[in-house]
Amino acid sequence: MIKTDILIIGAGPTGLFTVFEAGLLKLKCHLIDALPQPGGQCAEIYPKKPIYDIPGFPEVLAGDLVDNLMKQIEPFQPGFTLGERADKLEKLDDGTFIVTTNKGTKHHAPIVAIAGGLGSFEPRKPAISNLADFEDKGVEYIIRNPELYRDKNVVISGGGDSALDWSIFLTNVAKSVTLIHRRNEFRGALDSVEKVQELKNIGKIELITPAEVVGLVGNDKLEEVVIKRGDEVFNRECDHFIPLFGLAPKLGPLSDWGLEIEKNAIKVDNSLDYQTNIPGVYAIGDINTYPGKLKLILCGFHEATLMCQSAYQRIFPDKRYVMKYTTVGGVQGFDGSKKEAPKAVIKAFD
Amino acid sequence: MKDIKIKITDREGTTHVVDAPTDMNMNVMEVVRSYELAPEGTIGVCGGMAMCASCQCYVMSDHELPEMSYDEDLMLAEAFNVKDNSRLGCQIFINEELDGLEIELAPEV
Repeated sequence: MIKTDILIIGAGPTGLFTVFEAGLLKLKCHLIDALPQPGGQCAEIYPKKPIYDIPGFPEVLAGDLVDNLMKQIEPFQPGFTLGERADKLEKLDDGTFIVTTNKGTKHHAPIVAIAGGLGSFEPRKPAISNLADFEDKGVEYIIRNPELYRDKNVVISGGGDSALDWSIFLTNVAKSVTLIHRRNEFRGALDSVEKVQELKNIGKIELITPAEVVGLVGNDKLEEVVIKRGDEVFNRECDHFIPLFGLAPKLGPLSDWGLEIEKNAIKVDNSLDYQTNIPGVYAIGDINTYPGKLKLILCGFHEATLMCQSAYQRIFPDKRYVMKYTTVGGVQGFDGSKKEAPKAVIKAFD
Repeated sequence: MKDIKIKITDREGTTHVVDAPTDMNMNVMEVVRSYELAPEGTIGVCGGMAMCASCQCYVMSDHELPEMSYDEDLMLAEAFNVKDNSRLGCQIFINEELDGLEIELAPEV
């Protein structure tokens, strides 16, 4: 059982910044995210896009913002459960919570902060009639363990970075790699496209374009994919078919936690502390809604800050505290590190 | 600068005629959201960067639209339910020439 003070669901910018604000109050945080890396949408969808409305940053790449946030929270030693989706919320008699992931990892905390953005990212599935019949029998949407593909014949479809990057990677693992895309052009980074071209030239990747997989064949497990290229339809033997058509956010299991939901978002009390209808459970960032809500990273930072003050009072109802500026109090990490403004040197006149 | 009329058929098949301003640099996806014609979280997921295809729509009128960018074209190449008249709503910016534009929202994926 993982124990922490504030359990944060969602490791996007708002969730990450919560660690900092909580850390100033000496509260420890642990984050759960369905994606295998922190950063949320900033890392998954648009890491190379510049953001222009982060106060104090005239321009910052989304990926760099995540890197900076990770650096900023480092002294507060957050824990991470990545690649797992928060599935179940239980409230114990003492008012604390247990959150269990889809893989069974349990987390215990007095405070839960849902910073889940638009929800957890789920793979987008192509419209192939018998696709579901072969899920985990040769069809996978996310590559979790590359060793699964060792010495196997793998067919990947998709035209973005993940299709390209995994095709490149699996050439070193799989027996054969076939990449199928509806266009001759790919949407991925130029160097990935060039690398695939290079691997194609030396016969390491078979590229079938413009084409798509329209059917699957097999008994207990996948044996062949049916490929359509123009008017031509043909089968290709394979052990695995990996459609990589990106991820779409879904509110998912959160919607069964007894939270008040409005417009695909969690209703919170914005006049106070962004608490939900379940005391001790907060929702911050893009996942919450209240009159006048704006889904902006900078608003998420503000919400996280207020939420942490409220969480502190909830955990320590008898303690008095006033917010301290970092220019005054500095940053004292849980790792023993200390950052503070240099003391002015006073020298008296002779 | 005047408002224009756009006819939008939502995912349930209901048609709405709405006013869209031409002076706010708005796109069709944002017009749909401003009138709440699709549930939040199901359209404009990437915010309008042509990176998710959640705002895919079918253009039903014969208005001359801005040419498709490389990004939009390749995003549609990965999207589902794509037809010859598919466009990403976030890439169609409202201007006076688009008065009377008719679109249908593509199904949610």
